[in-house]
Amino acid sequence: MAEETGRTPVRFRGGGFQPGGRRWAPWAAFAAIIAGWQLASATGLLPPLIMPSPYEVVLALGHLAASGDLTDHVVASLSRIAWGWLIGTLAGLGVGFAMGIWSLARSAGIPVVAALFPIPKIALLPLLILWLGIDEAPKIATIALGVFFPTVIGTYSAVDNVPRSLIRMAQSFNLPNPAIVWKVILPGAMPGILAAFRITSSIALILLVAAEMIGAEFGIGSFILAAGNLMQTDQLVAGVVLLSILGLTISFVLGRVERWLLNWR
Amino acid sequence: MDLLVRGVSHRYGDLHALDAIDLQVKGGETLALIGPSGCGKSTLLGIMGGMLQPTAGEVVAAGAPPTDSLNPFTYIFQDFALLPWRSVAGNVALALEHHGLDRAGRAARIEAALALTGLSDFATALPRQLSGGMRQRVGIARAVAVRPAILFLDEPLSALDAQTRELLLEDLLAIWQREATTAVYVTHNLDEAVRVADRIAVLSRRPGRIKQVMPVEIPRGERGDARHASDLAALHAQLWDLIRDEAAVADRELADG
Repeated sequence: MAEETGRTPVRFRGGGFQPGGRRWAPWAAFAAIIAGWQLASATGLLPPLIMPSPYEVVLALGHLAASGDLTDHVVASLSRIAWGWLIGTLAGLGVGFAMGIWSLARSAGIPVVAALFPIPKIALLPLLILWLGIDEAPKIATIALGVFFPTVIGTYSAVDNVPRSLIRMAQSFNLPNPAIVWKVILPGAMPGILAAFRITSSIALILLVAAEMIGAEFGIGSFILAAGNLMQTDQLVAGVVLLSILGLTISFVLGRVERWLLNWR
Repeated sequence: MDLLVRGVSHRYGDLHALDAIDLQVKGGETLALIGPSGCGKSTLLGIMGGMLQPTAGEVVAAGAPPTDSLNPFTYIFQDFALLPWRSVAGNVALALEHHGLDRAGRAARIEAALALTGLSDFATALPRQLSGGMRQRVGIARAVAVRPAILFLDEPLSALDAQTRELLLEDLLAIWQREATTAVYVTHNLDEAVRVADRIAVLSRRPGRIKQVMPVEIPRGERGDARHASDLAALHAQLWDLIRDEAAVADRELADG
């Protein structure tokens, strides 16, 4: 018995610090925020002139859709961001790969990129308007420039991170250089390139709205600005909601692309 | 095909890695390169297969490689060097894709290589799903698929745990028996050298020089027999005597000192 009394169970000290998923939690969080907002509007805590209720925002969106204006604004914005992002990304991938592979391109490119990268690209819009006119071109060019530099940086550091052992292996099996780039370096750099896409897509969205606010007939940015000038807060917030939906959609698509291209990880 | 190493020296900046190496690999034999860490044995292997440019000297191949050899000088790497985004079959295919083989010829070679290494059931698996031993089997399958004239093995079992190493060594020896390739096998493990090699070249430490080349007289197939155990143990002891002091010095060295 004496032995028995001397025995104590070892206290469990591990566990915790492992945040997991709760499927219902995100929906509950959104529902709580919107319900609280609606409640604040209904009780007069939020005057409609300053902030519309969620219900009014939905109504405004409904009117926009019914009048056909919604399509015009969204199509204008989507085509600008799509072209700007695509041009900036393709150019950035080309330059980034060159800087990742060739010493000359790297030595010349790094200081140039370092000097131009910190310029807020929206500051170049007036200059681009002088060069390219007041049409779509300067807006697309602004977005493309904003996307270009982070893509270059992301791509060449992603190429740097491809294990040299894999490149040596490919050489040891006599793969020609283009095949090494295409079959070893490109897929090996893909995780870093896709991470850069996440950054550039949000930069593109910011520049899109900024460029549209400076001068555009259609587009979500110009729509928000116009609504603000007329103190139509319901329209204004509806535009902001559209931007949020656009951002979520882009990040959802990128998530899918990542899962598809990086299924080997 | 024979391989002749003639007066090869190599420097990394101030570091004199290899000094006037003369060595011959005879067709059909397995030559083990051993030596203390930092003696330049992997550097020498890289130079022998044309992956590193020596500071001085040359490596000459004597005789033509077999006609069906797609890649005469083929490596098996310590870190396996598999493309993580390609399946087992895809990794073997990579070595065959730029040699003018048609689809059927490629598929046949892949199938044969996977069968030889016991990977047939894993053809569609990705490297991350495989154990270390299975990954190196893919590396071996990729190498035998191109029918090398000379196989360069750079510490092929060093990244594996002791049990896997033993299993894979047995497999390697069985493959060797069937394929009868010429091989240069770099290792720091004396047991491996004694088990696989026809001759063992012992390198000295920095600058790496050939200290001695010792033949292993017992036929490879019989080295597991108990009656040879004492001979092999004696050989092992002899090799250890040759490199022991230098290994001790290497162990006490600071990196980048």
